[in-house]
Amino acid sequence: MKAPRFAYARPASVAEALALLAEHKGDARVLAGGQSLVPMMNFRLAAPKVLVDINRIAALTGIKVTRNHIRIGALTRHVELERSADVARHLPLIAAAMPHIAHPAIRNRGTFGGSCALADPAAELPACAIALGAIFVVAGKKGERRIAAEDFFKGLYATALKAGELIAAAEFPLPKSGYASAFGELARRHGDYAMVGIAAHGSTQDGKFSDMRVVFFGVADRPQRAMQLERALDGRPAAAKTIEGALGELHADLSPRADFHGTAATKRHLAKVLAGRVLKTMQGVAA
Amino acid sequence: MNAPLEMIEVSLTVNGERVKRSVPARLNLADFLRNELELTGTHVGCEHGVCGACTVRVDGEIVRGCLMFAAQADGCKVDTIEGLSDTREIEELQSAFVLTNALQCGFCTPGVLMAAQALLRDEPNPSRERIREYLSGNYCRCTGYQAIVDAIEAVAKARAART
Repeated sequence: MKAPRFAYARPASVAEALALLAEHKGDARVLAGGQSLVPMMNFRLAAPKVLVDINRIAALTGIKVTRNHIRIGALTRHVELERSADVARHLPLIAAAMPHIAHPAIRNRGTFGGSCALADPAAELPACAIALGAIFVVAGKKGERRIAAEDFFKGLYATALKAGELIAAAEFPLPKSGYASAFGELARRHGDYAMVGIAAHGSTQDGKFSDMRVVFFGVADRPQRAMQLERALDGRPAAAKTIEGALGELHADLSPRADFHGTAATKRHLAKVLAGRVLKTMQGVAA
Repeated sequence: MNAPLEMIEVSLTVNGERVKRSVPARLNLADFLRNELELTGTHVGCEHGVCGACTVRVDGEIVRGCLMFAAQADGCKVDTIEGLSDTREIEELQSAFVLTNALQCGFCTPGVLMAAQALLRDEPNPSRERIREYLSGNYCRCTGYQAIVDAIEAVAKARAART
C-alpha cells in the first residue's frame, strides 16, 4: 500500500526539529533513513500526522574520533559505517556487523540513529552498542542527556527516548589494548532479519578472558546480555575449551520465544551453536 | 521555520533534466517517477523495501524508490533505468542479460540492472558469491538467479579483459 496522508517538514537544525516535535507532540515522528518507518507507514502500522525529516541537519552527521571515544552522528548512514576506516580500526565489531544489515540499497539510506531509535529486537546495531558500552547522546528541549546503551533499550520497539527527544549521536569508548570482538548471525537469506545473532566484545589479554560482554539479538524483546555466559568466561583461559564449557550456561541467560523463524527450542539451539562458532573467532582465543 | 505541509514544492534533476513539481508529501519517489514523469521503467512491487524492483539512483547511490518520499528528493539528482539506458551506461549489462537469458517476465530487471551497475562500479571484479550477496535485495521470481549472475560475471570479465 501507500503511506497515509501526513504533513512534511524539513528542519535545518536540531533546535528546529525539537520545536516541531514539541509543537506536534504525539502526532509527529522523526523521519531519518526511513527504511523501517516508511514500510510501517505503507503497511499502515504507523500513521503519523506529521513527519519531521531530519535528513538535512548537518549537525547530526559524521563520524569523529576524539581522544577517548569515537562519536557516531545519528544520521550516519549504514554505508558510511561500512566504508569508514575509523570504524574498521576502532570499532571492528560494527564493521563486521554492517554487511549483515539488509542490502546495499537499504544501507545507502538507513541510519545508525534510526536503527537504534526503532529498537527492533532483531537489529544488529543496538546489540553492538551494548557490547561496546556506547553512550547515547539524546537531544531534547531541555538540552542534551546521556543514556548508556544498556539502559536505552526497554523492550519491543521501546527505548528510553521521551516524547519530543531524538538521538543526536552515540559515543563509543575507544577500545583498550588487548580487547577484541566477534560478530555473527544466522539468517535464511543474506540481509534478512536475524533468526539469532551475537555481538561480543572483551579482553583476551594475557590469554585470559576478562570484561566480556556477550549480547544476543533476535532472541528476546530487546538485545540481551548473556551474564551467566560472561561470568563463565571471565578470568578463564581464552581458549575454545573455556567457550565450550561456558555454553552450558546459556540456558540460564536465554529464554527465547517461538517466532516465525522457529520454535523456542530451535532458537535456543541456534543461539548455542552460533555462540560457540563466533566466540572462537575472537582474536586471542586459542584453538 | 517551515510549518509542516501536505503539498511540497520539489525541484530535482531526473536523468539530466530539471523537473519542478508540487507533490503530496505522501507520494513516494517511485510513484512520482512513474505517475508524474511517466518513467515507468521503475517498477513497484512490494512497496515495503523488500523486492528491489523500484531501485533508482539518488545522488549516485542506489536506493529503494518506495522508501523515499518524492519530497525528500528535492534538490537531488535522480537516475532511473531510462537514464542509464539512454546514456548507454548499462549497454553491456543489457546485452549480457539478453545473451544469457537473464530475464523472463522482466519485472525485476530494471532494479537488478541498477544494482548490478552499482556493484560493478564499486567492485569491478566480484566473485559469483559476492554478486549473489549484493543482489540479495533484488527478487526475481522467474530465473532462479543463475543466469543473472552469469550475465553480471560475464560483463565483469569482459571489462577486465579489456583493461
